[in-house]
Amino acid sequence: MEKYYTFRIKRYLPDKNPSQRWDEFRIKLNSMERVLDGLIKIKETRDGTLTFRKSCAHGVCGSCAMKINGKNRLACQTLVKDLPELIVIEPLPSLPVIKDLVVDMTLFFEKNDRVLPYLINDEPPPERERIQSPEDQHKILESITCIMCGSCTTSCPVFWADKEYLGPSALLKAYRFLFDTRDRATEQRLEKITGEHGVWRCHSIFNCVEVCPKEIDITKHILKLKRMAVKKGFTGGER
Amino acid sequence: MEINRHYFDTVIIGSGLAGCRAAIECINHGTVGVLSKLYPTRSHSTAAQGGIGAALGNEEEDSPEWHTYDTVKGSDFLGDQDAIEIMCYDAIPTIIELEHMGVPFSRTPEGKIAQRRFGGHTKEFGKAPVRRACYSADRTGHAVLFALYEQCQLKGVRFFQEFEVLDIVIENNAVQGVIAVNIKDGSIHVFESKAVIIASGGYGKIFKVTSNAYASTGECLSMLFRQGLPLEDMEFFQFHPTGLYGLGILITEGARGEGGILINGKGERFMERYAPTIKDLAPRDMVSRAILTEIRQGRGIDGKDYVYLDLRHVDKKILEERLPEITTFCKIYMGIDPSESPIPVVPTAHYAMGGIPTDNDGRVLRDVDGSVVYGLYAAGECACVSVHGANRLGCNSLLDTVVFGRRAGKAASEILKSNTRGRVSKERIQAVSDCINMLKNSTGRETVASVRKDLQSVMMDKCSVFRTEEGLKTVIEEIQKLKERYKEISITDKSKTFNTELLEAIELGHMLTLAEVIACSALQRTESRGAHCREDYPKRDDENWLKHTFAFQTDKGITFKFKPVKITRFKPEERKY
Repeated sequence: MEKYYTFRIKRYLPDKNPSQRWDEFRIKLNSMERVLDGLIKIKETRDGTLTFRKSCAHGVCGSCAMKINGKNRLACQTLVKDLPELIVIEPLPSLPVIKDLVVDMTLFFEKNDRVLPYLINDEPPPERERIQSPEDQHKILESITCIMCGSCTTSCPVFWADKEYLGPSALLKAYRFLFDTRDRATEQRLEKITGEHGVWRCHSIFNCVEVCPKEIDITKHILKLKRMAVKKGFTGGER
Repeated sequence: MEINRHYFDTVIIGSGLAGCRAAIECINHGTVGVLSKLYPTRSHSTAAQGGIGAALGNEEEDSPEWHTYDTVKGSDFLGDQDAIEIMCYDAIPTIIELEHMGVPFSRTPEGKIAQRRFGGHTKEFGKAPVRRACYSADRTGHAVLFALYEQCQLKGVRFFQEFEVLDIVIENNAVQGVIAVNIKDGSIHVFESKAVIIASGGYGKIFKVTSNAYASTGECLSMLFRQGLPLEDMEFFQFHPTGLYGLGILITEGARGEGGILINGKGERFMERYAPTIKDLAPRDMVSRAILTEIRQGRGIDGKDYVYLDLRHVDKKILEERLPEITTFCKIYMGIDPSESPIPVVPTAHYAMGGIPTDNDGRVLRDVDGSVVYGLYAAGECACVSVHGANRLGCNSLLDTVVFGRRAGKAASEILKSNTRGRVSKERIQAVSDCINMLKNSTGRETVASVRKDLQSVMMDKCSVFRTEEGLKTVIEEIQKLKERYKEISITDKSKTFNTELLEAIELGHMLTLAEVIACSALQRTESRGAHCREDYPKRDDENWLKHTFAFQTDKGITFKFKPVKITRFKPEERKY
């Protein structure tokens, strides 16, 4: 079934006009099409300058995260049938806008870099795989599905107020390694996440959980991090 | 024009599995710069679902020799057996190493890496399916890519994200470096190096329905081809049997590995007729043809152009634990729950078996006699070693990227001692800049979207699973017309900042070049082998065609040379399953 939708898109074209404006496009889409399909259709037929990121188009790469009708989502995973006729699209909040819906994610990725986001184990590796029980693997199962789209951190009011705050995505990344039985850098990593702008800043507002396109209960993971930090005596920083 | 110059011992194009694995090898020997047109963890590798093959024998008895045989047979005997043997024997230490790097593989009850069945993988030389695919639920590519990228970060590899390569500079038969644009601000950057490793992935976007990401457009292959270098076996393009109907989104072969079956409009499990021994776990070329044959003979679902992949009888717990991602895809994009309703599927353009010819250490070949381009390497889907021959077995592509990514990295590291730093000439930079200006200033009336759409349609209609001489000739004629139309393309975005319209126009030019190579390669191969099915030549013809094709760009158009297939252990036999 085809239907007309109005895409109201926040525009920012720095080379042309450095002030932001809203543009509206009325386009026909069938009900199973995605917001990304709509954006592509607009770019192809109406305005070639409309700029957004895209790649996998089925919710695994995280390129097309943006704010759709007030909520951070992946454009490739949001069907127009689930939205009202008026679809309002803005870039992810609280990061600098490069152009239209493209934000500069440097700050977001830098936060991930700060939590030692890699498995650390200097023990000589065994000849075969390190044994890890399915139960132990389940502990990190949710956290490894993160695609680093940035929806969570940019929806977090604490991050809006404190750009130094590590934010849900980086903390989830820390969890992914802290709860991996093969990792040996527990203390080092806890040190990184328990400072002034670390895990204690999370006030369980749950915005991250609400917007995560992979349905990861990030707040639950952060709570577990807090518990681990207390247990191991990393109680410093602001609480 | 302001030019930003960089120097790295090794420059790697692409930050998927092959690029990251190569980088981990090279960083121990010098400086490494990795260029990606996306953010690093967004490469198409992340979409790989079902598994990575290795005869670990964790779930049942297995051997690398059986893996080698399956891969040779799967390739329809066009794969080079020496390379296949390297890959299948290297597979075991490679997976163990990945596990040590942190890949969160799914586990057996004893805590070992879990393994499942995949198409074409058997025990005892074809007797029965075997559990060979190591996996992390149905997000294996994502799991491996993240671990490799993380190790790159740990070791200090420098990433240039959102840099699109515009030229790979080869002069005097040696690589000199790479010219790229920083997408963010349109600035031109020149990377001079001692070695360049191309790991730029596939080019499924040439076809209308594909599992491939928007970024998979193949420009690096075209850049080499236009400089007179060959492309190997380009006629072999794999269609994955189970793409989500209408969308092409992949439903992993792991779904059939866990017990899923294909059924037609009459409710029949039709694979029993096509591959009686291993049925729904036959290799992809056979299953794709079987599905399309059922549809052509009127046995699609309700007479329409799709069949069902049925998972309703599979334990719900298995769906939840081992196939969560595809369950979500079905719910989001089709509005169905695979535990309750069958999934509508149809073959989708998936994987390029052909590509940049290399030796077993990733060195790029410039002719059929084994001579190489000094300092230039390729690995992963963009390369053709050839371990996949005429048809790739599922879960061998991830393996290929990691095994040959590492080997290419190792070979590139060796050359660093003797090779001198490359130099990119002003003329080359000027040529790139002229090309950009030409596209920006064009006042023609064609759009990127309309030319691209027509290209994707004609490739899908006449150059996909089934091919004929007449159809292929039509494709080649159409591509000529599209090339003329391409000259009339104009773009509306004239800006420097994040100009995706301009980049899409550049990519389209390369897609046209590659599409022509695919169609011409398919036209000259008058036999049916693996994924290349010529309806006018339905038989495999070992007497004339047991050889690789090398396509070259010449003044007279595309010409071909041939290279014999390397046969060591397994003599060609009829391919039955």
